[in-house]
Amino acid sequence: MFMLGPIGFAFPLLLLALIVLPILWLLLRAVPPAPIKRRFPGVALLLGLEDAETQTDKTPWWLLLLRMLAVAAVIIGFAGPVLNPQAERAGSGPLLILADASWADAPTWSAKLDRIETALSEASRAGRPVALALATDLPSGDLAFQAAEAVASRVPGLAPQPFAPDMARLATWVAAQPDPFETIWMSDGLAHDGRDAVLDALEAKGDVRVFQSARAVYGMAPATFADGVLELTALRAASGDGADVTIAARGLDPNGVERELARVSLRFEPDQSRATVELSLPPELRNRVSRFEVIGQRSAGAVSLTDDTLKRREVALIAGREDREGLELLSPLHYLEQALEPTADLIDGPMETLLLANPDVIVLADVASLAGSEDSQLRTWVENGGMLLRFAGSRLAASDVSRSEEDPLMPVRLRAGGRTVGGAMSWGEPKGLRAFDEDSPFFGLQIPPEVTVNAQVMAQPDPDLPQRVIAALADGTPLVTRKTLGDGQVVLFHVTANAEWSTLPLSGLFVQMLERLAVSTRPAAPDAADLEGTTWLPEQTLTAFGNVEDAGVLPGVDGAALASGLPSVDMPPGLYAGGDRRLALNVISSETVLSAAVWPSRITVEGLSVAEETPLKGLLLSFALLALAVDLIASLALSGRLRGPRAANAALVVTLAAALGFAAPVAEAQQDDSFAITATSEVVLAHVITGDARLDEVALAGLRGISQTLFRRTSIEPAEPISVNLETDELSFFPFIYWPISADQPLPSDEAYAKLNRYLRTGGMILFDTRDADTARFGASSPNGRKLQQLARPLDVPPLEPIPNDHVLTRTFYLLQDFPGRHASRDVWVEAAPADAEQVDGMPFRNLNDGVTPVVIGGNDWASAWAVDARGNRMFPVGRGYAGERQREIALRFGVNLLMHVLTGNYKSDQVHVPALLDRLGQ
Amino acid sequence: MSQAADLRARAEDQASPFPSLLVGAEHLAATVMLGDHGRRRAGMGDEFWQYRPIHAGDEARFVDWRRSAKSDQQFVREKEWQIAQSVLLWVDSAAAMGFSSDKNLPSKGERARLLAMAITILMLRGGERVGLTAFAAPPRSGEPQLMRLANLLSAEGSDADYGEPEARGMVPNSRALFISDFMGDMTKVEAALAKAADRGVKGALLQILDPQEEAFPFDGRTVFESMTGAVRHETLKAGDLRSRYLDRLAERKDRLQAIARATGWQFQTHHTGDSAQAALLWLYTAMERVH
Repeated sequence: MFMLGPIGFAFPLLLLALIVLPILWLLLRAVPPAPIKRRFPGVALLLGLEDAETQTDKTPWWLLLLRMLAVAAVIIGFAGPVLNPQAERAGSGPLLILADASWADAPTWSAKLDRIETALSEASRAGRPVALALATDLPSGDLAFQAAEAVASRVPGLAPQPFAPDMARLATWVAAQPDPFETIWMSDGLAHDGRDAVLDALEAKGDVRVFQSARAVYGMAPATFADGVLELTALRAASGDGADVTIAARGLDPNGVERELARVSLRFEPDQSRATVELSLPPELRNRVSRFEVIGQRSAGAVSLTDDTLKRREVALIAGREDREGLELLSPLHYLEQALEPTADLIDGPMETLLLANPDVIVLADVASLAGSEDSQLRTWVENGGMLLRFAGSRLAASDVSRSEEDPLMPVRLRAGGRTVGGAMSWGEPKGLRAFDEDSPFFGLQIPPEVTVNAQVMAQPDPDLPQRVIAALADGTPLVTRKTLGDGQVVLFHVTANAEWSTLPLSGLFVQMLERLAVSTRPAAPDAADLEGTTWLPEQTLTAFGNVEDAGVLPGVDGAALASGLPSVDMPPGLYAGGDRRLALNVISSETVLSAAVWPSRITVEGLSVAEETPLKGLLLSFALLALAVDLIASLALSGRLRGPRAANAALVVTLAAALGFAAPVAEAQQDDSFAITATSEVVLAHVITGDARLDEVALAGLRGISQTLFRRTSIEPAEPISVNLETDELSFFPFIYWPISADQPLPSDEAYAKLNRYLRTGGMILFDTRDADTARFGASSPNGRKLQQLARPLDVPPLEPIPNDHVLTRTFYLLQDFPGRHASRDVWVEAAPADAEQVDGMPFRNLNDGVTPVVIGGNDWASAWAVDARGNRMFPVGRGYAGERQREIALRFGVNLLMHVLTGNYKSDQVHVPALLDRLGQ
Repeated sequence: MSQAADLRARAEDQASPFPSLLVGAEHLAATVMLGDHGRRRAGMGDEFWQYRPIHAGDEARFVDWRRSAKSDQQFVREKEWQIAQSVLLWVDSAAAMGFSSDKNLPSKGERARLLAMAITILMLRGGERVGLTAFAAPPRSGEPQLMRLANLLSAEGSDADYGEPEARGMVPNSRALFISDFMGDMTKVEAALAKAADRGVKGALLQILDPQEEAFPFDGRTVFESMTGAVRHETLKAGDLRSRYLDRLAERKDRLQAIARATGWQFQTHHTGDSAQAALLWLYTAMERVH
């Protein structure tokens, strides 16, 4: 490609045509524009007049210049200029596109896909066979090289995986390929071990080009909890300038909706790849946090899931006896506090507030009985899944709680009195503990020999006592009993919580037992030895883009593998549940170090952006067109054709040329909208086009007349009425439709009937007017009546009745009892009232229909009475003389009432109008 | 049915010699409300003028007995003097009159003929005698003269570029009307008017111009030609010529006005873009100006 600065030319030989331009200039300059010939009788007066200044008959220079430029633009345009042409790489042979597709690729994944597509299109242009492989999802067997188009169809389906690629496996796989090929490696920019080996293997097959994103990769290390604050650590791969990132803590709020609970910002110092920040959260919030993520990075590495290690249980301690100042060691809660302080959050207070705080465990130390409401509230709380831990004491021993009957909040019945062993009045030695049973939660705990029990309360030997014992003395006496209550459990230690009755609280066994009872959180994460042999099921998994998803049905994972901490394709990162514990497996563990990949200098590392080449041909040709258009107008102006008598022709040509650019379909769409806009921007009355021109004209004039009347007398201000074609127009724009019936009207089609039914159902009103009330009554006695029956048969018309005297139409605006039109008949039918409509005492009307009657049927020819021509004169006479004018006035009032009813519904049936109505009715 | 069609065909045959000019002129004339046509003095005529007492020389049969019976004297009924005037027309039919700048506008010749016919109708219905100059049609009254004049006016025009007014065949002390664009040689016009004034003929000059001739809206390089192409003028910048052309036009109009005033004639310019009714009204009042 011939280059001229940043512009390359596809057909440079065409540029030679530019030589023609000076010749063209000379030619055009020499040829003057033609004069206009005009026939003009006044030429007799012109004879002898000389031109004042001889205007040159040559074309002016600027017009010539414009024409030159237009021609030059055309020539250059056809020479195919391209801005920033792509340097085409000459390459041949098979091409492998290898993408790392690890979690670090996820933030820039779409850019990488674009780059892969560009590479594929280049390869298809060059006709090279291409293969596509993901390092995290290696195809089994050999590479299959296909045509670039076939591979391009797979590209949108590629997705990164939430773990790092196995470089060793990749190296062996590359080495195992038989044929040589060139490689394009879309690297994720991180230094993984074994990348060099893969690079060597690829170079053994052919040239390697590496593409990686310039964006820094951020990662989130697991959060730790120390001294009451959370320590958050973030990592980044590229070092260099300082940067600020924001970390968000997400979790479920009390409603169960996941939301951001806290946000903290973190600063990376220049050349630092680790940054730490402390976040202190209230324990409530802390227990709810489910993950920490770096905002702005959509990758699995930027998300760190939290598991049980951060959760601390809330324990409420309630003592029966107030401890005196200074005698803390005797306090019943002292040893509990010491045991639970490091690992649980302790709360204190009266029972009601404690229950509101919804702790995980409530400890009642030597509490015998509770007040009634407290008792029931506590029961509800336990049944909802709380654990009630009770310790015995002198009060409990002295009370009669759970003696004759088992108290709901006690696991066993107690015997009166206790048991003292090894005291002054007893026969034996203080007893030690027996080893724990298999089904006891304490199974496996070592019992130190110094744990002895001096006194305890005894349990009645009920039939279900053995199931409830979870710890016993050496002679079998139950020491700790437990029962389930609903979703929760009640556990009773038969000794005190302090050292009065036993030495259990003094020992480490106490702490372990509390831990086993899930009273406190585990202090440390289990290590590999603990996890050996256990199986963990994934509950939630993390996608490469950092989204937490339900794991569905995935196979369980061996605990030892989980302890090693590196996610792979069999063990995706996420939250794993085993027993009643949960462990989080994150992409970045506490030992991970993120560093940028280092490539040897012989490898070209390119960024992902592709400089786009812009073809300038279109631009230049359109410029040439524009210049020629200007030239057209200019030459017309110069030769005087623009303002003279021939201006009309010239203007026509110019406007035609201009209008060619603008399409006409815009006008089409506006036409469709204009009907809707006129119909809906104001209240508009409508009548149905029946096909009889005279009838339609009268109907339109009638609606015009009633519209004017409404405008003058009421606050309804209708615009000009519209004729509606049932087949083509939308009916729902109109609140009211007037339908004059004539014997030879066409029947509407099925679609029109569907529209009408929908209209009636959604609150429209149709006024059917058979116009023959002077000769016929409602029914089939006249041709119009029969036509009406035929028309209305497919319609969804409710049961009808003649207008009752207290129908709302008689009082919506005027008080009326007659509804005349040009004829005065009382035969007007509306929707029937429900049969149970009763008149309440004191109300002058019954409360009939709740809505607007969908149809009004009559024959009084209202349109003729209302009709007004263009000048405002009434078109048709009504009646005779003064009585006739009175009848017309009542007809207008009926129209006003009808439209008020349509637009306001049952408003005038409201009780608030009754006093005024009674006043008007003279009662 | 066939009888009606036959009748229509025959009627159309009959009507074809009637020039459309006549129809248009009738329409135009109908819009002018004719006022009193009398001469406002006593004389021979039909209209009542006044009663005057009898004096020596009046015959007995002239006495109006009804009026006389109301008083002691005898009265004679006097009639208004209604004398039939002769009006001679000349309408320019040269090639230049065939010019029209816009297809919506009538050509000058059409407008001239229309106005001439309309004034003819008015005059004939008013009882005057109308004819054409140059012995083409001697002045006669009556409806047949209307047809004759219509045919003569609708005849083909001359091939000359500009017309010269004809003053031959003027009846002394009658009225004359020259309708033309007066773009030709002014000396001929002056000679004709002098000749007419010698005969004691008073009249009106109506100059009909096209709006384009009045405004000269041309620009750019133009070649102007007369209607037959005989006269030619080329210019490189028509916009410059405008002011000078308009000066010359005004000068010509002044000359016409001067000669008309000198000979007791009226002069008016009418543009084909204006309504013909205005021109007709002017013509009618110009014909009526006795003094």
